[in-house]
Amino acid sequence: MAKADSLLAGDLSDLRGALDRRDCSAVELVQASLDAMDARADLAAIVFRRDEAALTEAEAADERIASGKPASPLDGLPVVLKDNIVQAGEPATCASRILEGYVSPFDSGVVERLQRAGAIVVGRANLDEFAMGSSTENSIHGPSRNPWDPERACGGSSGGSAAAVAAGLVPLAFGSDTGGSIRQPASFCGVVGFKPTYGRVSRWGLVAYASSLDQIGPFARRVADCALALEAVGGHDDRDSTSLPEVVPPLRSRLDGDVSGLVVGLPKEYFAPEGAQPGVLARVREAIGVLEGEGVRFVEISLPHTAYTIATYYIIATAEASSNLARFDGVRYGRRAEHPKDLLDLYERSRSEGFGAEVKRRILLGTYVLSAGYYDAYYVKAQKVRTLIRRDFEAAFGECDAILTPTTPETAFALGAKAGDPLSMYLSDVYTVSANLAGLPALSVPCGFVDGMPVGLQLLGKPLDEATILRIGDAFERRTDHHRQSPPGPPGSPGTD
Amino acid sequence: MQDHTDLSWEWVIGLEVHTHLKTESKLFSPAPVVYGAEPNHAVHPIDLALPGVLPVLNERVVELAIRLGLAIHGTVNPVSVFARKNYFYPDLPKGYQISQFEDPIVSDGWLEIEPEVRGQAKKKAAAGGGGRRRIGITRAHIEEDAGKSIHDVAIAGREDSCIDLNRAGVPLLEIVSEPDMRTAAEASAYLRALRSILRYIGVSDADMEKGQFRCDANVSVRPRGSRELGTRTEIKNLNSFVHVEEAIEAEARRQIELIEDGGTVVQATMGFDPVRRRTSVQRLKENSDDYRYFPDPDLIPLRIEADRIEAVRASLPELPDEKRSRFGSEYGLSDYDAGVLTANRELAAFFEETAKACGSPKAAANWLTRDLLRELRERDVELEETSLTPAILASLIRLVEDGRLTARSAAELFPDLVSDGGDPEVLMRERGLEAVSDAGAIDGLVDQVVEAHPDVVQQIREGDDKPLNFLMGKVMQASRGKAVPAQVRKTLIARIRS
Amino acid sequence: MSRIEPSDVARVATLARLALSQDEIAAMTRDLEQMLDYVAALDRLDTQDVEPTAHSFELPTPLRPDRAVPPLDPEIALGNAPEREGTAFLVPKVLEEGG
Ligand SMILES: [Mg+2]
Ligand SMILES: [Zn+2]
Repeated sequence: MAKADSLLAGDLSDLRGALDRRDCSAVELVQASLDAMDARADLAAIVFRRDEAALTEAEAADERIASGKPASPLDGLPVVLKDNIVQAGEPATCASRILEGYVSPFDSGVVERLQRAGAIVVGRANLDEFAMGSSTENSIHGPSRNPWDPERACGGSSGGSAAAVAAGLVPLAFGSDTGGSIRQPASFCGVVGFKPTYGRVSRWGLVAYASSLDQIGPFARRVADCALALEAVGGHDDRDSTSLPEVVPPLRSRLDGDVSGLVVGLPKEYFAPEGAQPGVLARVREAIGVLEGEGVRFVEISLPHTAYTIATYYIIATAEASSNLARFDGVRYGRRAEHPKDLLDLYERSRSEGFGAEVKRRILLGTYVLSAGYYDAYYVKAQKVRTLIRRDFEAAFGECDAILTPTTPETAFALGAKAGDPLSMYLSDVYTVSANLAGLPALSVPCGFVDGMPVGLQLLGKPLDEATILRIGDAFERRTDHHRQSPPGPPGSPGTD
Repeated sequence: MQDHTDLSWEWVIGLEVHTHLKTESKLFSPAPVVYGAEPNHAVHPIDLALPGVLPVLNERVVELAIRLGLAIHGTVNPVSVFARKNYFYPDLPKGYQISQFEDPIVSDGWLEIEPEVRGQAKKKAAAGGGGRRRIGITRAHIEEDAGKSIHDVAIAGREDSCIDLNRAGVPLLEIVSEPDMRTAAEASAYLRALRSILRYIGVSDADMEKGQFRCDANVSVRPRGSRELGTRTEIKNLNSFVHVEEAIEAEARRQIELIEDGGTVVQATMGFDPVRRRTSVQRLKENSDDYRYFPDPDLIPLRIEADRIEAVRASLPELPDEKRSRFGSEYGLSDYDAGVLTANRELAAFFEETAKACGSPKAAANWLTRDLLRELRERDVELEETSLTPAILASLIRLVEDGRLTARSAAELFPDLVSDGGDPEVLMRERGLEAVSDAGAIDGLVDQVVEAHPDVVQQIREGDDKPLNFLMGKVMQASRGKAVPAQVRKTLIARIRS
Repeated sequence: MSRIEPSDVARVATLARLALSQDEIAAMTRDLEQMLDYVAALDRLDTQDVEPTAHSFELPTPLRPDRAVPPLDPEIALGNAPEREGTAFLVPKVLEEGG
């Protein structure tokens, strides 16, 4: 057991080797994961568990492995899903009261592919309600905590998934990223977070927040593990009209550490001294130095519409959300207000009692920007600015192979620090939303610490070119050991300090 | 039907038709399209709008929409966009309907109608082509149907409604006409023409009883001669041709009365009570009707390549009006005959086969439009239910053309051929109806008649040709209708002038 | 400069079927006003000749063959229903109105 326990904090290739050599079994690994969830219940990272089903599935995986026919490199490995990615027979609350008690009758595309690969879903991770937030504080399950400092936020909205990987509960977790919801918590928790090109991973079974921006992606402790995850869950799904027709190219095989000759752009708008914490900028500059040492050439570029990304994002995302969340009406599933006096009362009270404040705020803003007389001024305008932002990137990628920026302007903030100020919370996504607006692949990689809290660097790639940013991230990892740092253990455990 | 009292008012009518498309599965989900199933027995997670579902467009729907677009001479737009129409209603699971708003798949079409004119005026109007009118079709767009609310279920003392989502997501075309109709009869003629074309090209069964073909009518009135449109009202959910006519009549009269009494028409949705034949305000159009349309981010704009349109065009049957003009130019038929023959796909095919087999299109047209249609009407049967075939009719026509059977004898045989079929030539012999064209026989008959009427013969010889027909009649009578009239006439003239 | 009044928030809340207390309306009015002031920055950009972007890339329209699959078992379809009658969802009386 001790073996499985320590392995859990390692990377996927270590785990694979251990399973294939029979150093430990999938059952032991899953049990270790469940035990770790018990031990770190204080983090509130996991909101539902599949103990029994997971152990049964692990037995089947052990049989496949014993017969020498593992289903895939993920066979027998425990994973966690953000609680907005549905699995048949399992809840999917999206951290919302309105979906309390809901059980999905069908699998998401991601779950189907994970199951085909033999991966074992051990639990469901906390999030901001309907993925709206940057701290995982807007949740009926309570706020998740940052493993590096439980008084701080783990970021959001996929905070539970990030914390689960950071704390060693699972080696791999999935989240969704609409404006930075994978990369920002990855950065806050010191793990790798990867948002593939829009359309790369099926949205079938992902409860929609903003359909034109949402994208599922993995968290892991190594870049190579994220590459493996995308190989497993990526690719076309004809149940999703926005799914890319292209096949996912081999990714892991291209991670050879060689990045010499690559040209990486540094957008000056993202390095403005007033924009980010000095310590964050310092860590990112050090990372640039490391990569320069590997033969990467850096060029300064400009993304002139950077200042407009948050405004554009909040118009488009809330407009789509206001419509996407109309289905939660208390008629066919989910929470229904008690003793409605008529139909209008049923709608209004079910929704008002079911949604939290942040969700209501975004529904109202989204409804407003779509309403008669405002549609052109806000929604159409934002879509036009989205074109300008996309063109910025097209021009920039004429000069470079990838773009490097900080992932977030600051390290993890204290729980509650931004709770009363929605706009300042929104601004914490300032470096990440542009990748969603332009549909680009983006990766956050740990690049050091400021006052004991992790810092992440972000790599943005050309559409469909996940390979290049994964290569750069992997090469950086090979030259550094930030990813090997582990957060302190559970409170009261024998001091790791 | 418009009576003389409103000669000073002009009615302006536009129609919106919703028609179910003939598909196996729904518009955005693979659930089957079925009628009459138990509640929620034909649904997919997509139709229930479960968390995480996404729409994917049914290819067949696109093809059927293109079909209709071509059939109504419309533009099939290379890019059309699905939008969300947001409103809350329990039979609308997503809280929005996916429809096309700013960019529909079809725009700018038209349809020709022939309003039913009563009595003698009909044939005259039709002969001059004056009865036909072109009605503009603004647009046709693809959208999904809603489910059904079954009202007034009293359970535990509460009044509730049951929601059945079997119909939710069934593909529809909404076809919106220009406000080009001026009478209720024109509106009804437009609907009949549209329904017939939808069925003709296999786009919809348009069964009104199954709710597959539903109509909303927009009605306004204005002083005759005015170019401005009056305030219109919309009468919702008219589900029979009779109701459409009655509702429009009632609503136009209501508006006229209202205005003549000094009132003003307000924009409203009207309901029609078919029993009392009255319309009444159901709901005022308010500013709160704010549907917040925006392009559906779960769907990609629908791009239609030219070759897809051409492939559909190639698969399209010849349309009634194309056929009608071809029948005019190719067979030299009158517009009226061509119109009657092409109104029904089977009749048109019957005609073409007969015409080809007998070589006399005009005779074929006459037999079909006059004699056959009369027989069908009298017997109340369809063409397919008779024993007549194009081969039989062609051989009958040839016997007449060859002078072996007189028109009168042919008309005598025809009802039996319709009932029992058979070979006209054999039948003619059996009944002894073969035409008398033998010169000796005719000479004999003519001699008889001339001798019996010396006074009439004298009258003709003095230059008055009028009584010639009297003598003709006598000869034909004597032959029991079997003498070939042309030959009789020739022989008579020769005999008198000699 | 006030872009939004409590009455606007109330109107939008009704459209979105959210019942808000007076306090919530006041708070939401403040928050929305702050956001609308912030996004007003977009007005500075001239977008006259710019095409809107709905998705970040162009794809051929995905189409599904017209084939039906067996429908959901009604017990599963109704499995999450808050209230049901037979295999129908039950709601308070729906007033007749065309959608
Ligand atoms: Mg309409
Ligand atoms: Zn419609």
